[in-house]
Amino acid sequence: MPSITGASVVDHVRDPQGDGTPQGDRASTGRLGDRLFGGTAKGAGVLVIALVTLTAVFLLSQALPALSKDGANFLTSTEWDVSGSHPRFGIANLLWVTVASSVIAMIIAVPVGVCVALFVTEYSPPWLSAPAAGLIDLLAAVPSIIYGIWGAFVFGPHITGLQSLISKLFGWLPFFDNDTGGVSSSGTIFFIGIVLSIMVLPIVTALSREVFAQTPVTHKEGALALGATKWEMIRTSVLPFGKPGVISASMLGLGRALGETVAVLIILSSLASDTKWSWSVFNGGETFASKIANNAAEFDSPQKSGAFIAAGLVLFILTFVVNAIARVVIERRKAFVE
Amino acid sequence: MNIQSRRRLASVTGIALVGTFAISGCASDNNSSAAPSASGAKSNPVNCAKGTLNGEGSSAQKNAIEQAITDFQTACPGATINYNPTGSGAGIKQFIAGQVDFAGSDSALKTKPAEGATNIEQADADKACGSPAWNIPMVTGPIAVAYNVKGVDKLILTPAVTAKIFDGTIKTWNDPAIAAINPGVTLPTTAIKVFFRSDESGTTENFTKYLSAAAPKDWTAKPGKKWTGKGEGKEKSAGVSSGVKGAEGGITYVEWSYAKDNQLGIAQIDNGAGPVALSGEAVGKAVSAAKQAGTGNDLALKLDYATKESGAYPILLVTYEIVCSKGKDPAKATLTKAFLQSFAAADMQTKLQEIGYAPLPADIQAKVLTSVNALS
Repeated sequence: MPSITGASVVDHVRDPQGDGTPQGDRASTGRLGDRLFGGTAKGAGVLVIALVTLTAVFLLSQALPALSKDGANFLTSTEWDVSGSHPRFGIANLLWVTVASSVIAMIIAVPVGVCVALFVTEYSPPWLSAPAAGLIDLLAAVPSIIYGIWGAFVFGPHITGLQSLISKLFGWLPFFDNDTGGVSSSGTIFFIGIVLSIMVLPIVTALSREVFAQTPVTHKEGALALGATKWEMIRTSVLPFGKPGVISASMLGLGRALGETVAVLIILSSLASDTKWSWSVFNGGETFASKIANNAAEFDSPQKSGAFIAAGLVLFILTFVVNAIARVVIERRKAFVE
Repeated sequence: MNIQSRRRLASVTGIALVGTFAISGCASDNNSSAAPSASGAKSNPVNCAKGTLNGEGSSAQKNAIEQAITDFQTACPGATINYNPTGSGAGIKQFIAGQVDFAGSDSALKTKPAEGATNIEQADADKACGSPAWNIPMVTGPIAVAYNVKGVDKLILTPAVTAKIFDGTIKTWNDPAIAAINPGVTLPTTAIKVFFRSDESGTTENFTKYLSAAAPKDWTAKPGKKWTGKGEGKEKSAGVSSGVKGAEGGITYVEWSYAKDNQLGIAQIDNGAGPVALSGEAVGKAVSAAKQAGTGNDLALKLDYATKESGAYPILLVTYEIVCSKGKDPAKATLTKAFLQSFAAADMQTKLQEIGYAPLPADIQAKVLTSVNALS
């Protein structure tokens, strides 16, 4: 069967039955458009892998010389002194602040985001759900510096009361110890966690909403027909179906929270260099991203920039690990749903 | 970010940003409408030259140099001057690499190797120029000790007390040490909240230089760009000043303009010859008292932070323009000379006071002009 665009695979492949239609993966016709598209897709995939690998190689090559001169333990030290001939720096503080603020953000954003998504898909009247969804998406479009300034100047002054209340009630827990002496008002890990949760909320909500909306109507109707209440229907059909989606939404959000720079930079107070270690979330500190951004203007020696890039490398690995865990979880969940 | 887009940003985000951007884009715009015609018509007309000049460096002099550039470009069509405020270290690096025509820096080129390095900045710069590189002081920026204490409009601080406040030894405002030098002022029991610059900055360096020179017993840490005292860190000048504004009992060190814009109290400094309020004139006196560390036309200054001269305000930073004494490209050299002449001119220097800088005192300004005129 010759065609205008040249020889087709169909012309050559004949199976024993004499039926000329290729099946499955062999369905490619070998035509130009087909090969072009396949090549482009493959190229894009390779490009992404190459980008990530090259980023890792760049970070490593810049970080290693500085790391080799480090006089302190890079992973456990809380010092950060990168100039001079005997630099001593470690990431313990940065790692703690980054993780703590992101975890607080997730604790707030995920339940709220899921509830908002459920409201939009299941509870709200039809005339409301579309504008509500649009509004939430709009939240995601607000640049982070706006959140930062809003947090620092508008929201910040109101948070002090809540903080002192929590520390009064739960002050016996090391996490809520208010007696750290360092940070006065709203520049705390706790507060930046709340602001981050607002920034993450639209991501979690928008993705969860999309997945919940995909729940097969038959599942839902089946549950209702068996006498389930609305909440039972959501619990038995919508939530299990949407779980992988919610998890991957949370991981995307977590990625944003971990890497957020400008808002953290504006809101979070850093600590004087010899401040004692504290587990309290009512303390200040710096995250990986904010520390790098704050000092980028003064990278005057390769050793200094190397030290900061080493910190960046840890953030890179942290994000990578988080996403890898998410992949594993999602793959497992999928098996139950389908 | 160029001036155009910054201007737009400032107008859009309006009130929320007043503290942050108050002196960046808008400050230079407000003056430029009336100014250029005046500076062009006055006794010292601007020498014009054509071409493009690129500079990079200190962000402390950003607003001053932007004002100078606006005026110069208005007076001299055909001249383009770009200044990229990336920080002193970056500016010097680019200058040595030959990427920019002049560098702005908070400190003169170092004549000794920096810690952990073997090369000498001054030697490298000389080599890059093929002629001696000169440090020309152009802008002086006073650093205010700004505070926010209700009911205290006037506060006098000595170097020793300042050092003790900033290293956390003095913890409350009604401490006897503060009360003793402020007779007649009712000080509250509020805790002192110290705010410092969390980024590395020339302001921190000059403030700690002052503390360790004027109160060596109380401030033992080595001066540097990184804060070594106590307190809570905020990002950049805008961050510390808004931090103090929002915290009752707060105190910080910040450029004069930020203290003024945020309506913070500014402490008078008593170095031993009586309290001195921060003013352009008082800063000028301190600059005049500085020794010249460079030779000939290299005007690197050695500030005497512990100066006991009466009426001199001792906490300040001087920013330099670092240029080649003999430019490689004659056209650029002419333009550099013309631009710096207009920058150092008396009327330009006076104008800088409106945007939070102090003018060079007359004697130093005369020396600067001599140096600039000797550029070739």
